[in-house]
Amino acid sequence: MTAPPETTPGAAPVAGPRAPGAGRRLAAAALRHPAVVPIGAVVLALLIGAVIILAAGLDPIAAYTAVIQNSLDPGQLDYTFSVWAFICGMALAAAIPLRMGEFNLGGNGQLVLGGLTATVIASSLPLPSIVLIPLAVIGAAIVAGAFGAISAPLATRFGIPIIISTLLLSPVAVAVVSFLVRFPLGEAGSAVAQTTRLPEGARMWALGDLSYSNAGLIIIVLMMVVFWVVDSRSAVGFELRVVGANRRFGAYGGVRVGRLSLGAMAAAGAAAGVVGAVIVMSSPFRLIDGALISPGYTFAGLAAALLAGGRPALIPVTAILFTVLQVGGAGMERSADVPRQLSDVLQGVVIVVLALRTVLDQRRTERSSA
Amino acid sequence: MHVFELGFVAAVLLAATPILYAALAGAISAQVGVFNIALEGQMLWGAFAAVAGSYYTGSAWGGVLTALVSTALFSVVLAIGAARWHADPIIIAIGTNLLAIGLTGFLLRVLFDTSGSFSPRGLQGLPKMAFLADVPVIGPIFAGQTALVPLAFVLIVAVGLWLKRSAGGLRLRGVGEHPDAAAALGANVASYQTWVTIVGGALCGIAGAQLALGNVTVFTENMTAGRGWIAVAAVMLVAGRPLWLPVACLGFGAAEALGFRLQGIGAPQQLTDAAPYAITLLVLVATRIRFAKRASLTTT
Repeated sequence: MTAPPETTPGAAPVAGPRAPGAGRRLAAAALRHPAVVPIGAVVLALLIGAVIILAAGLDPIAAYTAVIQNSLDPGQLDYTFSVWAFICGMALAAAIPLRMGEFNLGGNGQLVLGGLTATVIASSLPLPSIVLIPLAVIGAAIVAGAFGAISAPLATRFGIPIIISTLLLSPVAVAVVSFLVRFPLGEAGSAVAQTTRLPEGARMWALGDLSYSNAGLIIIVLMMVVFWVVDSRSAVGFELRVVGANRRFGAYGGVRVGRLSLGAMAAAGAAAGVVGAVIVMSSPFRLIDGALISPGYTFAGLAAALLAGGRPALIPVTAILFTVLQVGGAGMERSADVPRQLSDVLQGVVIVVLALRTVLDQRRTERSSA
Repeated sequence: MHVFELGFVAAVLLAATPILYAALAGAISAQVGVFNIALEGQMLWGAFAAVAGSYYTGSAWGGVLTALVSTALFSVVLAIGAARWHADPIIIAIGTNLLAIGLTGFLLRVLFDTSGSFSPRGLQGLPKMAFLADVPVIGPIFAGQTALVPLAFVLIVAVGLWLKRSAGGLRLRGVGEHPDAAAALGANVASYQTWVTIVGGALCGIAGAQLALGNVTVFTENMTAGRGWIAVAAVMLVAGRPLWLPVACLGFGAAEALGFRLQGIGAPQQLTDAAPYAITLLVLVATRIRFAKRASLTTT
């Protein structure tokens, strides 16, 4: 900072006496770059995580190395990629409402309803797979989308915030699906609460000889492309962002907020439903009680969506981070003896740090007013 | 039959008490204009801290104190972030709720080398008020409860009356209702919001302590299981009138207690588990429909 500019070869030819001020302005401009906040949040969260690991008497460097190695291990990439796609899908379910300033915390309920619908369609209709598989995915999207959409009128007509209604609806759906898997739809004689295996013709098309990643992941990637196009190129996407920035201005400008939130919640539920459908139509090809929600895709997706600020183009990137944490967490437990719950801790810390970024604006305004 | 009914009342009170403490925390935060949805995570942290405190100090009240102090500290993030740095309390709360789940699971492994649940031999639960056993009516209801159960109701009435009748309570409500006006009158809005949120954290600590050392004597991962969200719904339901909180919370307590009863006679656990959430949502919708009707009557 105090180094004279002449001694740094290749540096921009800034004038000597003005250099400190210009440097500070340059630094301030760099700090305002949109990538600074998410990257800063992640770095800070990893540091806090390291402190927690140290406090537990363990080795943070070994832990983080194990996370990276295990998640990006070539033999494991097939699995890692499938987890990435599921987290991206659940990130969509959070990001679409987030675009208009709403929080969908009911991803778990939408996810399991999608899984249930796909299971019922795929195991009961005697159709060729070219019809059956798309039908199961679309059916899952419709049912989960309708379930997600319930929250919109609850908010616009009865003033119950979407964050509350999605949270209260979700455990109800989870419980109902859990009940159905256990009793009416459960595999007879099985000790585990699960449905019977889907017939061969109802399993998601494989991609080459990969065992985890299949055609379902292409569907999820396509959904992200659609969201990106709608968000950046269409009137609906513009309305979403206007309402997100200022709801009353949006309404004043002629946006029908009620219809918009209905559409956004339906789309969010549908995205989660598709993820559920893809999971049950992938190995082991059945709906197992708790198997859809216990990996924590919903909240990893929510964290990815928050870190991306809901921006469609950033979600695939932020989802990588939470995929690495998720997949690597198990490896970290094996090889560095750090409990995998650290992944959840880091998820929470990233979100908290991200929310607290406002302290930067605060300090800036304080300094400028001083 | 008589004992059965009083036993049911006792079960309702027991189920309602943790929610009541958390809802009081949410209600006072709402009074100063902080939308506090961090109750779930704070209660979970409180439950863990209570069990850990009781284990290390060998005293249940040591556990309660640990829960109270450490959950208050846990809530400082929300308090400072929302009140002083103007961060979005919803996003902070989503983060701290996840953090509580992760951190309690992590510490369970690191400190006690176990996962799932922790109830070591000799873990001290809160004492029951057995000395009441011979008092008619009161006995069957309260003799099997901890002192935290009646305290919850006393506290709510006291806080509710204080908010309604005292000058301090008026100032506090003013901070929430019209922050600019309150600031113009010399109230330090950020300071009120910060301290009230921290007091809310302490209350959630007590909620967790009652849950983990009163209702049962064990810590289980994610043992709050949505009670914090039901408390948030209860706060919405009473719409800024904390004196009504006991009514709302007893309703949810009744749903939970009834669920246990139904399970006892063979109803599937999955469906009785879902009942409190479904009922909460239905009650919210029902009251909002009534509000909407009344509002439309007065405007037309």
